[in-house]
Amino acid sequence: MSTATTKPGEEAAAHAPRAAQPAAPMGDRLFRLLTGGAAWLVLILLLGAAGSMAWGGREAFQTFGWGFITSSDWDAVGQKFGALVPIYGTIMSSVIAMLVAVPISFGIATFLAEVAPRWMRGPIGMAIELLAAVPSIIYGMWGLFVFAPFMGDKVEPWLTEHFVNLPLIGFMFDGPPIGIGMLTAGIILGIMTIPFISSVMRDVFQAVPPALRESAFALGATPWEVVRKVTLPHTRSAVMGAIFLGLGRALGETMAVTFVLGNAHDFSLSLLMPGNSIAAAIANEFTEADTPLYHSSLIALGFMLFVVTFIVLAVAKFMLLRIERKGR
Amino acid sequence: MSALITERPAPAQDAAPRPTKVSVRNLEFFYGKTRALHGVNFDVPANAITALIGPSGCGKSTLLRTFNRMFELYPEQKATGEILLDGENVLASGYSLANLRARIGMVFQKPTPFAMSIYENVAFPLRHYEKLSKAEMQERVEIALTQAALWNEVKDKLDRSALALSGGQQQRLCIARTLAVRPEVVLLDEPTSALDPQSTARIEEFVLEQAKNFTFVIVTHNLQQAARIADQTAFMLNGDLVEVGPHEQMFIHPHDSRTRDYVTGRFG
Amino acid sequence: MKTNPIVRRRQISNAIALVLATVATLFGLLWLVWILWTTVTQGASAINGALFSQMTPPPGEDGGLLNAFYGSAVMIVLGVVVGTPIGILAGTYLSEFGKTSFLAEAIRFINDILLSAPSIVIGLFVYEMVVLPMGHFSGYAGGIALGMILLPVVVRTTDEALRLIPNQLREAGLALGLPQWKVVGHIIYRSASTGIATGVLLGVARISGETAPLLFTALNNQYWSTDLSAPMANVPVVIFQYAMSPYDSWHALAWAGALIVTAFVLALSIAVRLFLRPRSFK
Repeated sequence: MSTATTKPGEEAAAHAPRAAQPAAPMGDRLFRLLTGGAAWLVLILLLGAAGSMAWGGREAFQTFGWGFITSSDWDAVGQKFGALVPIYGTIMSSVIAMLVAVPISFGIATFLAEVAPRWMRGPIGMAIELLAAVPSIIYGMWGLFVFAPFMGDKVEPWLTEHFVNLPLIGFMFDGPPIGIGMLTAGIILGIMTIPFISSVMRDVFQAVPPALRESAFALGATPWEVVRKVTLPHTRSAVMGAIFLGLGRALGETMAVTFVLGNAHDFSLSLLMPGNSIAAAIANEFTEADTPLYHSSLIALGFMLFVVTFIVLAVAKFMLLRIERKGR
Repeated sequence: MSALITERPAPAQDAAPRPTKVSVRNLEFFYGKTRALHGVNFDVPANAITALIGPSGCGKSTLLRTFNRMFELYPEQKATGEILLDGENVLASGYSLANLRARIGMVFQKPTPFAMSIYENVAFPLRHYEKLSKAEMQERVEIALTQAALWNEVKDKLDRSALALSGGQQQRLCIARTLAVRPEVVLLDEPTSALDPQSTARIEEFVLEQAKNFTFVIVTHNLQQAARIADQTAFMLNGDLVEVGPHEQMFIHPHDSRTRDYVTGRFG
Repeated sequence: MKTNPIVRRRQISNAIALVLATVATLFGLLWLVWILWTTVTQGASAINGALFSQMTPPPGEDGGLLNAFYGSAVMIVLGVVVGTPIGILAGTYLSEFGKTSFLAEAIRFINDILLSAPSIVIGLFVYEMVVLPMGHFSGYAGGIALGMILLPVVVRTTDEALRLIPNQLREAGLALGLPQWKVVGHIIYRSASTGIATGVLLGVARISGETAPLLFTALNNQYWSTDLSAPMANVPVVIFQYAMSPYDSWHALAWAGALIVTAFVLALSIAVRLFLRPRSFK
């Protein structure tokens, strides 16, 4: 420790009065103002988006009132716009998507939690996260060039042959096997949402305290029983949250469905018929909308889509929030 | 007990009372509605080592964190009473926080190196206070690192990342960083609890060596450490300052039975 | 000794469930492999030198995507320039000032919703705010729209990265008497830099393939144009328009563009995960 000697003169200088005190509070106030302003901008962005679309759509809402939602009459020439077809299409394609995505995502999450050997979990989990990063337009293109012909040639004739005469649901399979339509769009949407839902579900499953799972295993429970009796009850609301998150994505997805929906404005209950969705209608027609009312009607559609997805995503977030709190 | 006593070198200091550097008067501390300190009163002598001991949760770290008003980061924490630094109440609202923290430095339990070079770790805070030429800056960095007994180990790699140093070296770097600003009082919050015995010994040596230049207040859960280095020890229990006194009083003839129980290991 | 029939039944249902889970995983991955396979095979055969040296062609003719690559790059950079500073500042507010206050939690909540909100809506918003007042489509509008999509990604990752920094580091800086802006700006940001960089890069991966918000902001441009105040070519919209066309040569270009965008996005995402911090909860 001989190196720790002080140099001569240092002691005298050690506690010399300081020349300049920096104006700290001023800089900090500015810093807080700057960051706070940026944070408010996030809120303003959301309110601005909602507000500007409500404003842009006011002409359509004023002109058609409730008819905008209940009428299926979408006529650019006659300047009559009723959005029932795209609204129905958005809901129906999302329902099909959830029917496809939820069981598969649950299977993947279960596989990653209880079946896969430890070394496999990382790579498969990562593969799924990566697939969530694939741009949706790729899904749409694949749907148009590969999956729609496959549906039209192989699946839809078979569906029509076997299901069209069933009572109650037969009408859903009555249509031309052209590949383009509600069923194809819904399935592609489902495939696209699988990575979203399954990766969130996996994270949720991982948030189950190990002690809970271990104590069930210690009682002799099988892995499936652990999932059903321990993991699921513990994460029920968060699993619903994951599903709603996927639903929120599906409702607002544009590119994956625009290619394969067919942009039809005739109402049809058949899943094999071309249809439309809110996002697809906007994507297809926005740059062609030549009158203020047409324009306004498309923006009004955007406003409704925004409100609905906001509600669905808010519900999802609330449900996921609980498990995040538990995990903390 | 006897082991504790023999570790302490014979008191080299003369018996004359040292001037008081910091005095704590009627200090009360609140976490929300919970009162964590109940009217603490004691004096910290200048250029000496004061140790705060007591079981965990007794308020010793809380007390330390009032000295530089670190608690003000957390809105629910409040302190009343007075802490007089050279007779001036630092808890008064008009007292400049930047000035206070320049005069009272602090070293934390875990090493907290900044993600910069070793040199910059020391130079960066210094630059905030003084405008120095390059040569002056280099000299000040060297002095600080030398005081913290780190210079010989790092003089050839000053531009390397501080994060690559060992835990003990990082802690001494944090000490050097604090010393570079030339504080009058240095607060040490369990500075060796995350370190190995060898690193601990080096930091204890440093404190003993530098007590002539700085006033040290050290919080420690390690009784032997307090016995080894402290000129004055304060024992705290449940937010009360039970007893404060020099080495012989606290470790051989405590006045208070609770102090006796603690130093003989009956609890804590 | 015979197995207890109840245990046996439980074991059978367990086996069935786990086999189903495995099948579901294979089934899920099958589609995804199929999609990537199609993109790679279709795209690879369409990649040639002209792709990077020629402009987007008129109907039925051969050409390249040079103007679209350029436009996409410019608008992504513009999006990063718009979204990153605001995102980092907002994330800083949440972590350093707002913490768990009602306002901060509300902003986090809204931000997470924006993270998943339909991107076509952002396109409409920018159309109303930028395109209408300017009177025409523009590269600026496209860049701003991309920036708005990047913003919530950066806000979230910055907030998370900063909150991972132990409080003691902040206290260490403040204990030296440094003002908060210096502690955050010079010390905390450095320690959180990989986390923040992760956010920005993942954001770039996200906006690279975004199509919907560009449809009515940047629109498209068949020719070489560096003018940001004019409509600007970009890969996603070219893919959309060419894929929907009846021409084989346009289809080939669309596949080539699709492959390059996908490869870029995946390479970026993989690089971020391998070289920077892995991330959890989205």
